[in-house]
Amino acid sequence: MTTLPERTEKKLGLVIDLDICVGCHACAVNCKEWNTGGYGAPLSDQDPYGEDPSGTWLNRIHTYEVVPEIPEQPAQIIHFPRSCLHCEDAPCVTVCPTGASYKRVEDGIVLVNEDHCMGCGLCAWACPYGAREMDAAAGVMKKCTLCVDRIYNENIPEIDRVPACVRSCPAGARHFGDLGDPDSDVSQLVADRGGLDLMPEQNTKPVNKYLPPRPKDRAPGPDLAKLAQPEAKGFLGWLDRALEKI
Amino acid sequence: MHPAPSLVVFTVLSGLGLGMIAWIGLGLGSESPLFGWIGGFIALAVTGLGGIASVGHLGQPKNAWRAFSQWRSSWLSREACLMVTAKVALALYLGLWLIFDLRIQPLGWVAAALAGATIYATSMIYAQLRTVPSWSATPTPHLFIAMAMSGGLMAVSAIMGMVGLEMPILFILVWLVGAAGTAIWWQTQAAGAPRGFHGSSMETATGLSGLGRVSLLEPPHTGSNYLLKEMAFEVGRARAYQLRKLGAVLGFLVPIVLALGAWALVSTGAAGLVLALAVICHVAGVMALRWLFFAEAQHVQALYYGQR
Repeated sequence: MTTLPERTEKKLGLVIDLDICVGCHACAVNCKEWNTGGYGAPLSDQDPYGEDPSGTWLNRIHTYEVVPEIPEQPAQIIHFPRSCLHCEDAPCVTVCPTGASYKRVEDGIVLVNEDHCMGCGLCAWACPYGAREMDAAAGVMKKCTLCVDRIYNENIPEIDRVPACVRSCPAGARHFGDLGDPDSDVSQLVADRGGLDLMPEQNTKPVNKYLPPRPKDRAPGPDLAKLAQPEAKGFLGWLDRALEKI
Repeated sequence: MHPAPSLVVFTVLSGLGLGMIAWIGLGLGSESPLFGWIGGFIALAVTGLGGIASVGHLGQPKNAWRAFSQWRSSWLSREACLMVTAKVALALYLGLWLIFDLRIQPLGWVAAALAGATIYATSMIYAQLRTVPSWSATPTPHLFIAMAMSGGLMAVSAIMGMVGLEMPILFILVWLVGAAGTAIWWQTQAAGAPRGFHGSSMETATGLSGLGRVSLLEPPHTGSNYLLKEMAFEVGRARAYQLRKLGAVLGFLVPIVLALGAWALVSTGAAGLVLALAVICHVAGVMALRWLFFAEAQHVQALYYGQR
């Protein structure tokens, strides 16, 4: 049923630290690797080795430049992983005409039942975050499942029972947990670092949070060029002056 | 947004057919059973043709029947349910009238109300999307209803003229002028509804507003993808001005002149044909405008790709 649950028992989601992400795309690659063989239809590619390659990804890494208003502050490069935010008020779910899209009561994960999806694409239009992609080969909507086939999977080691993107991040920029429990590690992290909602004005109440980059050091003053040419002293100083006279 | 031909054809044709159902249900031409047969058949056929076109948009048409299940939450599901009930109601009204000679006008009104509700549901599929301000911050339902009802009225009147009934030409002119006015009203509102209408920007999209001005340094992939093709459509906007002019001329000006011509020819018998030509022009013009309705609409998701 595509009506949203009044409340969910848990709010499982991701916390992504924009201060730490190095933009290596490992999470996106591992996401594609796991999910092309996991839940539902494979994540297909079209013309993968040709002139115009494209394909289905559930996680895409953008890179932004941020130029501060204050002139002496240096510009920053911020790597920005983008995937489904498993919103509490998910507009993608309520627009679904077939009942294929749903939000789970037990953990708040937003999923697509691909056997019921007719591939109309309206949910992708309703999502402000570009988190849903129609697979061109399967004709059904694909989206992040929060690796629902990993996190409860008792056939894999306990350390692997987190979403593939979290497991693969070499920098520790991605965290997984229950954001509905104020005492959970992820909730504490969000509270400590001032975790943000993306596009709050769209009224979607995202579960996933983004931790803003920490303020950077000030740019060094104009002495930088002098530091690169240290003044020679003693014997080297004499040699330097002598050579200059020749 | 990507202007899929199936969606342009679907929304225009089903709108026209539903407008016809509404006017037939309201009792236009009810003095002639011959009109009932022809008008009823064409109205149901045009609506059905639109429905078939909409299936062409689907990735898994075999699951299309499930779209009748989620009417509690989904406008698309409501549209599907209402469209079928409107057609059944009209078929019942016409069947009782034409086969059993029992014309129950209230049943016609029910069919008309259901047809009107279907047009409204179609418009709400677009008007509900906060992600597309030029649909949600504009009088989109008024636009869809004005187009469907004016087109339907002309089509029904053309058939009335061809079977020898008197055509409500003055009424058509009022509706055409009203529809043109609604289209202009919608366009002025849409022009003022960029991606930032609800306050969205690259800064709110990335949550980096406190740090400064955000711009895209590198997209996720060098190639294109579904999101860009579907929701960051840029092709053809260069010809928007010409298309809008074509829409205004074909959709409204030519039909108004032809309707006046039909008025002048009302005694010759050719008036119905002239009005039928007006309907064809009107549909072509509305299709051009509907193409722009999609092609010019901007989705907030494109902010992630640096499209301010």
